[in-house]
Amino acid sequence: MFTFLMYIVAFSFLVLSFIKDKKKTFLALKKAWNSFENILPQLLSILVIIGIMLAILRPEVISSLIGEKSGWLGMLMASLIGSITLIPGFVAFPLASALLKSGAGFMQIAVFISTLMMVGIVTIPLEIKYFGKKAAILRNSLAFVFSFIVAIAIGVALR
Amino acid sequence: MKMLLKRYKYFLVLLVINIVVYDLYPSVGQKSIDITWSNAVEMLSVIPPIFILLGLLDVWVQREIMIKLMGEKSGILGVLIAFFLGSAAAGPLYAAFPIAGVLLQKGSKFSNVLIFIGAWSTTKIPMLLFEASSMGWKFMVTRFVIDIPGIMLIAYITEKLLNEREKQYIYEQASFK
Repeated sequence: MFTFLMYIVAFSFLVLSFIKDKKKTFLALKKAWNSFENILPQLLSILVIIGIMLAILRPEVISSLIGEKSGWLGMLMASLIGSITLIPGFVAFPLASALLKSGAGFMQIAVFISTLMMVGIVTIPLEIKYFGKKAAILRNSLAFVFSFIVAIAIGVALR
Repeated sequence: MKMLLKRYKYFLVLLVINIVVYDLYPSVGQKSIDITWSNAVEMLSVIPPIFILLGLLDVWVQREIMIKLMGEKSGILGVLIAFFLGSAAAGPLYAAFPIAGVLLQKGSKFSNVLIFIGAWSTTKIPMLLFEASSMGWKFMVTRFVIDIPGIMLIAYITEKLLNEREKQYIYEQASFK
């Protein structure tokens, strides 16, 4: 649905651009293709890594890793799994809500979701390409620490 | 041809690993191929409009305008635009990096680009709605409220910890693409 909206927006701007300046529009499309082709090797690698990883770390395995352990150890576990995996939101949230029902704590789930979204170990080579090593590692480390703050906030708010 | 092989070497190595896994554990290997395929299809359906917008942004928005909107002296406006751009998007985080590259190349402040990345990763509007429906409103709102200052803090600390030379290098890298 939202993707559809993106298509409409992109297409409208493209038509507008074409009416105003044909040459510039073709240049824009060429640039779009070049920047896509530029990251394609990394994208394909990421896709295969995610595939292998999720085939091993199936939802049942993730729940057995996060669900059983509680407390700080559980949070650490959840944060590590969240950092290394890359699950799209529409899979992650139902998984998280199922984990909650099967007994995982809110704080573990919060740290899992937060690291899942903000920390990307698999995508770090791509991030380094744009931000450099230091900035990419800093951003991911800070986001990792911040995820625990989110978890504590959730733990307090949903007590 | 040799260049192509070199550029795609990691991908090819991973493919071989996947084939080996398939050989040893057919069910895991099959599952992995299924997941990779469905993710690839998803990626190809989400990515075209993002890159078209990126191309148009690159061609039409002048550097001076971008510096005014998101540059060093853009202040709160730059922060708001960064949040809006990131939140209004759809697509996985890896699609955000090329856009971040263009924003840098056009002279955006580095912390604003990091805010854009932060917003893209956590406060995407469609994802928030989905989060509320599966985790409850309280969970979503709590996370959202603490994420906003968190994203800004991460952005500012990251920028502060880089020295001028490192920042300059990032901008130089961005202008090559």
